[in-house]
Amino acid sequence: MSVTGNGTTSASDPRGLGPADAAAGVAKSMRIRGLFKEYRPGVPVLKGIDLDLEGQGVTAIIGPSGTGKSTLLRCMNRLVEPTRGEIIFEGQDIVSLNRAGLRRLRRKVGMVFQEYNLVERLSVIENLLCGRLGYVSPFKAWLRRFPAEDIDRAFELLDAVGLGEFAQQRADNLSGGQRQRVGIARALMQAPHILLADEPTSSLDPKTSVEIMELMAKLAGERDIPVVVNIHDVALGRRFAQRVVGMSEGTIVYDGPPGGLTDAHLKEIYGGEDWLN
Amino acid sequence: MTNAADPVQGTHRRLQRFTPVERFSRWLVLLLVVSAIVVSTRHVQIIPEFLYDAPEQMLDLLQRLWPPDLSYYQIGVHEALVETLHIASLGTILALILALPVALFSARNITSNPVLQVLAKFILVSSRSVNSLVWALLFVAIFGPGTLAGVLAIAFRSVGFVGKLLGEALEEANMGTIEALSATGAPRLSILLKGYWPQVKPALWSIALFRWDINVRESAVLGLVGAGGIGVALNNALNTFYWDKVSTVLLSIFAVVIIAELVVTEIRKRII
Repeated sequence: MSVTGNGTTSASDPRGLGPADAAAGVAKSMRIRGLFKEYRPGVPVLKGIDLDLEGQGVTAIIGPSGTGKSTLLRCMNRLVEPTRGEIIFEGQDIVSLNRAGLRRLRRKVGMVFQEYNLVERLSVIENLLCGRLGYVSPFKAWLRRFPAEDIDRAFELLDAVGLGEFAQQRADNLSGGQRQRVGIARALMQAPHILLADEPTSSLDPKTSVEIMELMAKLAGERDIPVVVNIHDVALGRRFAQRVVGMSEGTIVYDGPPGGLTDAHLKEIYGGEDWLN
Repeated sequence: MTNAADPVQGTHRRLQRFTPVERFSRWLVLLLVVSAIVVSTRHVQIIPEFLYDAPEQMLDLLQRLWPPDLSYYQIGVHEALVETLHIASLGTILALILALPVALFSARNITSNPVLQVLAKFILVSSRSVNSLVWALLFVAIFGPGTLAGVLAIAFRSVGFVGKLLGEALEEANMGTIEALSATGAPRLSILLKGYWPQVKPALWSIALFRWDINVRESAVLGLVGAGGIGVALNNALNTFYWDKVSTVLLSIFAVVIIAELVVTEIRKRII
């Protein structure tokens, strides 16, 4: 894999536009080796995860509640501290980065959340600009003096997620589906090299869920970055993912194309079989 | 507690609210309360004669208070009243500034350093456990009598109140939002300004207004110990037995407190 430091990336592409990154030939991949996580000593939630995420396309992580899907995803940007193991991204081991290094690296990892996690009392456009907080000084952010290209980009992205006319509305005026669109746009404002989504559709109705998955797959595809989605809706995961990772009790028990996922696999992942019929 | 017997076979079941032990302890508590009243009454040594002529004394005082000498308002009250409002407002603003770092240190989701947390809790508790009159006495001793002592007394008394409530508001902030901003690689100061601040802003305004309202009342008595404001006028009138002037001062304080209350209620309605 080719190794590119953050400095070079942001220097060659200050606006951080997705397609430009692709032209620059930056390898957008993440390599996880022997990842362990224990919240309490002796009770591992993740038991040695090995996973490679690269190129374009959606990877769906499926598995029952409490199996460590969310922990795995949060280890990838160290919102959760891994106990041991390594996560190589952009040529650096995320697990061993110091605070400043981690902050610089997180700018390249976009994340979408189940509960959207917007700043409810700020306007939609300001929520999008929050995606640039890693690049803008706190003082300028406070005075709302974001660079003009960031603001242009925010409006472009808002149009791309179909919320152009909502720019000045407060985020808490939006519906769940609209909020998740803002969440996706905020993550893409970072011009990420990987997009993580933790149960992005679990708080949404079935129709909106499909729309959100479509949007995420489309926008990430345009930017040529891998998308990792935790999803408990197996059908939805199968429909949008090019790759399915099945987890059970902190280990990966299936890793392959959605077509290869059989009832036997699902039985192994979730246990029981009555629900399959 | 009801009897747990099978409802089908039960003919006469007794409804019993308390077990014997519970009943006994209830009597014990009652006995303790009564004896506490008896003991404390004996201890404070109420002189019955003073009690008997209290209605008479009260009537006498009211006659001396009425009618109030309203001409005194322009001479001795107005300026002191304005000074009182200044003390309350400046004290509140100073308290907000001082309380901000204390609140940040006291909020467990922002400060993980236990030493800073204990320090913040100590400041919050000591500020609140000392009455504003005592703070005023302290600052009069340091800075001499006057408005400055009053402002500082109000500020130091308010830091605990504002700091505690603001700290609690910070702790109640939605951590999902904070997590999302951390995930973008935002520095801590940006997270404070863009994540926490919008969430606690309404609470802060509400706390500030509420505290200002309290401070108007508190600063009215600070003059009794020489810390400026209308209390000085009250003290002078009391010491010289000009009861008609006393009533003018009391009426003015009453009016200002009511107006402050109305203003605060109106502003709260509009901004929240």
